[in-house]
Amino acid sequence: MKKSTFGPWLAMILGAAYFLIPLIGTLEFSMRMKRGEYSFEAYKVVLGDPRFQESFSYSVVLALVTIAIGVLLVVPTAYWVQLRLPKLRPVVEFVTLLPLVIPAIVIVFGYLRMYNSQSWLPLTDSRRGTDLLLAFGYVTLALPYMYRSVDTGLRAIDVRTLTEAAESLGAGWATILFKVIFPNIRSAILSGAFLTFAIVIGEFTFAALLDRPAFGPYLQLVGANRAYEPAALAIIAFVVTWACMGLIQVFGAARGTGSKS
Amino acid sequence: MSEPSTATAHRPGGSGLPWAWFGVAPFFLFAVLFLILPTAFLIVGAFQTADGEFTLANIRDLTHPSIVAAYRISIEISAASAIGGAIVGALLAYAAVGGGLPSWIRPTLMTFSGVASNFAGVPLAFAFLATLGRTGLVTWALSNWLGFNLYATGFNLLSFLGLTLTYLYFQIPLMVLILTPALDGLKKEWREASQILGASTFQYWRWIGLPVLWPSLLGATLLLFANAFGAVATAYALTGSSLNIVTILLYAQIRGDVLHNQNLGYALALGMILITGVSNVAYIWLRGRAERWSR
Repeated sequence: MKKSTFGPWLAMILGAAYFLIPLIGTLEFSMRMKRGEYSFEAYKVVLGDPRFQESFSYSVVLALVTIAIGVLLVVPTAYWVQLRLPKLRPVVEFVTLLPLVIPAIVIVFGYLRMYNSQSWLPLTDSRRGTDLLLAFGYVTLALPYMYRSVDTGLRAIDVRTLTEAAESLGAGWATILFKVIFPNIRSAILSGAFLTFAIVIGEFTFAALLDRPAFGPYLQLVGANRAYEPAALAIIAFVVTWACMGLIQVFGAARGTGSKS
Repeated sequence: MSEPSTATAHRPGGSGLPWAWFGVAPFFLFAVLFLILPTAFLIVGAFQTADGEFTLANIRDLTHPSIVAAYRISIEISAASAIGGAIVGALLAYAAVGGGLPSWIRPTLMTFSGVASNFAGVPLAFAFLATLGRTGLVTWALSNWLGFNLYATGFNLLSFLGLTLTYLYFQIPLMVLILTPALDGLKKEWREASQILGASTFQYWRWIGLPVLWPSLLGATLLLFANAFGAVATAYALTGSSLNIVTILLYAQIRGDVLHNQNLGYALALGMILITGVSNVAYIWLRGRAERWSR
């Protein structure tokens, strides 16, 4: 019995149209800055804007700090739960899912109440302190994705045997973690890292409410005041997101071929 | 598989438990400091007066018409984009998994869904303004080629319909990502068995396909709902503060105490946690039901 593929094709084509038309529309709009001809003028203006460069590099650095903290927090925890405390797994998983339950705006509202200048730990008093608080906030936002990615990676390797082999050769816990576990789940860590990067780079709510000069608030500001530059920025943001997801695929595929060892 | 001798050999002496717990202490310390306590502070604040005394007045004040309206519009937009996203996403996922299309379709759809579900926030608002705004490409094409003036029909991107249409851009791909594994769980044998017994396509879906899938479908819809409900950036960049949804109201409250009562702001946040909390708990419960079939 041969099924008709008309319906599935129609669904795909309509779906593709809904997702591609806004991208085409944005690209077209971003090139309309010069009257009567298509040009990359809006991109030139945006990329040459010092505030673009400052806010973008600020967000890149923040994303890297977030990834570093997130990896150092999640990998040892997931490793330890898998090795010694399997009973604790549901609790840890529940905690890592909380950022999906509690809206980001509520979490940052809590930060402002808990870490304000009159509190026991006045992180928002100094610029460095607020930067740190923002990074911690991003670690919580990325926690569900980072944890799931690392946990999947750890399940695919034999944690117990690797640990015992390393121990019998006289390795301490730091050596086991950084020289045995990390390299074995490198691709899982990298996919978590790229996803974190994609989340952090354009994030608006946390940065705006903590009043830090990140890329998200800059985007919003340009959007409120300019015509063609926002479209160019949307295309740039889309390319960054696409690059992050593409890198995840690349490293995911690398894991597929390398996991035989 | 179990090897009791190695498992016990690891415990140094009798002090196994405290040592083991030490390994997860940083994680829980972090979670308490930056996730649980900040939320708890708000929840406590919702039941306090400005002087710190217990009160239910803030909860009562949530029934103020403008606050109720904000919750209502938020719930309506989230529900509309969740249900719309769920239906379209399910159809797309089904077309890719079981539609008999060429094999390159499925990985392409999954990769694109991964990108599009993360393409939210301020840039997404820009994309829709450039497409369906007053000078957007589609608006222009409709009036130039078809003589159809979109904005004369009363359409406005900065409205309920516009925001729902924009949210669908990340809701549909999210549904595709969540539902595809569930569709993979529909075993071919069930379909073949039902056909041998003389069941029509409708009967297959009515008595086998949907009963197996519905926890996944409903659960995913609830997740989409919570996803839209907590969104701030897209709505804020798209509409400024012209649309009265609860996240925008809370944003304005945090920025400038527009409700003139800090503790009422905490109550507003508590209401949001309850709504997203209930839909997530229901999602987790439904996912548990759905997993029974995948064994």
